Amino acid sequence: MTDNVIDVRGLTKLYGATRAVDAIDLTIRRGEIFGLLGPNGAGKTTTILMLLGLTEVSAGTVDVLGFDPVRQPLEVKRRVGYLPDAVGFYDHLTARENLRYTARLLAIPRRDAEKRISDAMESVQLADVLDKRVSTFSRGMRQRLGIAEIVMKKAEIAILDEPTSGLDPHATFELLEMIRGLKKAGVAVLISSHLLDRVQSVCDRVALFNHGKIALMGSVVELANQVLGAGHPLLIEASGIDIASTLRGVEGVQTVVAEGEGGWRVVADRDVRAAVAQRIVSSGGSLTRLADLQPSLEEVYTRYFQEERHAA
Amino acid sequence: MQRSAIRREGSAFTGLGPVFMKEFADHLSSARMMVLMLFVIAFGAFPVASSLQQLRTVTESDAFLFLRIFTSAPDSLPISFVFALNFIIPIMAIGLGFDAVNSEFNHRTLSRVLSQPIYRDALLLGKFLGGLVTLAVALTALWLIVFGAGLLLLGLPPRGVEVARAGCFLVAAIAYGGVWLAISLLFSVIFRSTATSALCSLGLWLFFFLLWPMIASAITIGFAPSQIRSAEEYLAIEQIGLVLARFSPGTLFSETVVGLLNPETRTFASMLPAQMRGVIQGAPLPLDQSLILIWPQMTGLIAGMIVVFAAAYVIFQREEVRA
Repeated sequence: MTDNVIDVRGLTKLYGATRAVDAIDLTIRRGEIFGLLGPNGAGKTTTILMLLGLTEVSAGTVDVLGFDPVRQPLEVKRRVGYLPDAVGFYDHLTARENLRYTARLLAIPRRDAEKRISDAMESVQLADVLDKRVSTFSRGMRQRLGIAEIVMKKAEIAILDEPTSGLDPHATFELLEMIRGLKKAGVAVLISSHLLDRVQSVCDRVALFNHGKIALMGSVVELANQVLGAGHPLLIEASGIDIASTLRGVEGVQTVVAEGEGGWRVVADRDVRAAVAQRIVSSGGSLTRLADLQPSLEEVYTRYFQEERHAA
Repeated sequence: MQRSAIRREGSAFTGLGPVFMKEFADHLSSARMMVLMLFVIAFGAFPVASSLQQLRTVTESDAFLFLRIFTSAPDSLPISFVFALNFIIPIMAIGLGFDAVNSEFNHRTLSRVLSQPIYRDALLLGKFLGGLVTLAVALTALWLIVFGAGLLLLGLPPRGVEVARAGCFLVAAIAYGGVWLAISLLFSVIFRSTATSALCSLGLWLFFFLLWPMIASAITIGFAPSQIRSAEEYLAIEQIGLVLARFSPGTLFSETVVGLLNPETRTFASMLPAQMRGVIQGAPLPLDQSLILIWPQMTGLIAGMIVVFAAAYVIFQREEVRA
């Protein structure tokens, strides 16, 4: 048994003549947080539904925890927790009654279920509204209730479809904390999203979807190197001297480009922060800012799709 | 789905119990059910009360007096209890089923529930059975109330055969409700909007209740020759009319009811003089003979229910889960 919990080979979904998902390969390891990223309509949700056996697979193979979702959907669904995009609960029932219904569908023994429900609600900080009707819940609370359902299920894999869309920053932060909590509990988490900066902060690896294909896959740093090129980008703000000509003489600096008001973007093949600072100061300039630019997923994403469009 | 349906593992009925229990509990505690029950009592109690009033004054001996509570239409109100049921039951069934599946879509609960270890089969069947049992409970309660009122007000216990006939009538009423429940479930699978689904179910009901009898007789007249020369010819044309009318579940139900609750009924069509030979006018048939008489109608109702449910099932299996 390998450490892969999800193994996808050549997975394809056809809607008529359109290829919603086009022969993707994907592996997800135990205990990692994996991000499925891409614009709306790129095939993320379709891929998720095929992983759960909720929609037919046109071609390719899927292995989830050793089971085939096409032939053994019940076994897969028993072990995988799913939080759909804008999850819904029965409004006329309380949170406890909603989870109790899920527990019955999972055939969890009654006494066991009550304990698991209250523990799960505790873990998502909803214990105080356990007996309130879901109709009174905010969107963020519903998402947390969805996480509680996954916790109660003791799922080995959690699949979250756009979990942070429509949430305010605070609720997003809390939700991401809970997702990290799932990871700590040993759950492999698959997140689909188009909100990049938030996802970046929790994902170990990401796959970038484009027109049903995986365009890029790897950790954020790997992707940045692939798309933005290797190197250490710096952001510099200084005045009093001609930055461009001053810095071009520094060993290792490859490009210096003006960026915004009095700012410059410097790309070097190594960490040149100390040398750059020294050169500016010694040339009589006043250095007001020197920042190491972490590659951002947003940048990778934007650049990638710009290049795609140019290529097309 | 065909490919996976053949090879998939695990029982299609996994999770049927919890779905059924939830639907049943939801129906019983819903405000809608209260409204439907009020509706039933309002429409059912009045004919029963007036027919009881009239029956108390009957002096001639009637072997099936108790059954007359169900069928007699008092002078003050030209509808009998069974006639009232003929249009109350569809409304109840439609009320219970018109938003069964599409409300799960609209509240975005469907994909979450289907991501639990159940097949769609169990979800749809659980919803249908939940509605059907709710309907059965309501109709049985109503039936017992009528029986109780009869006992109290007529002061005469029903005979065994009357209870048996009335029991068969209850089964027929539940089957009739099942047909309309399946129809409303079908529309709830086809239409995402609950309003459209309710409108279509009610529209179909109105069509069968008001328009179809007229259309059926118009078609029959169209088939008829300008001059009917023999009794056989007349019977053949009457037969066409009956066959057409029986496409309506309401016709099947009312024929079943007539056969069961009026034991004198021998046929639903006209009888030739040759067939009348040896018949004692107004003599009741034994229960088994009445059952043979209504058997086609009864199987028709149950078959219709299964066919419509199967259609809903096939469409639901092919539907995409994503909202």
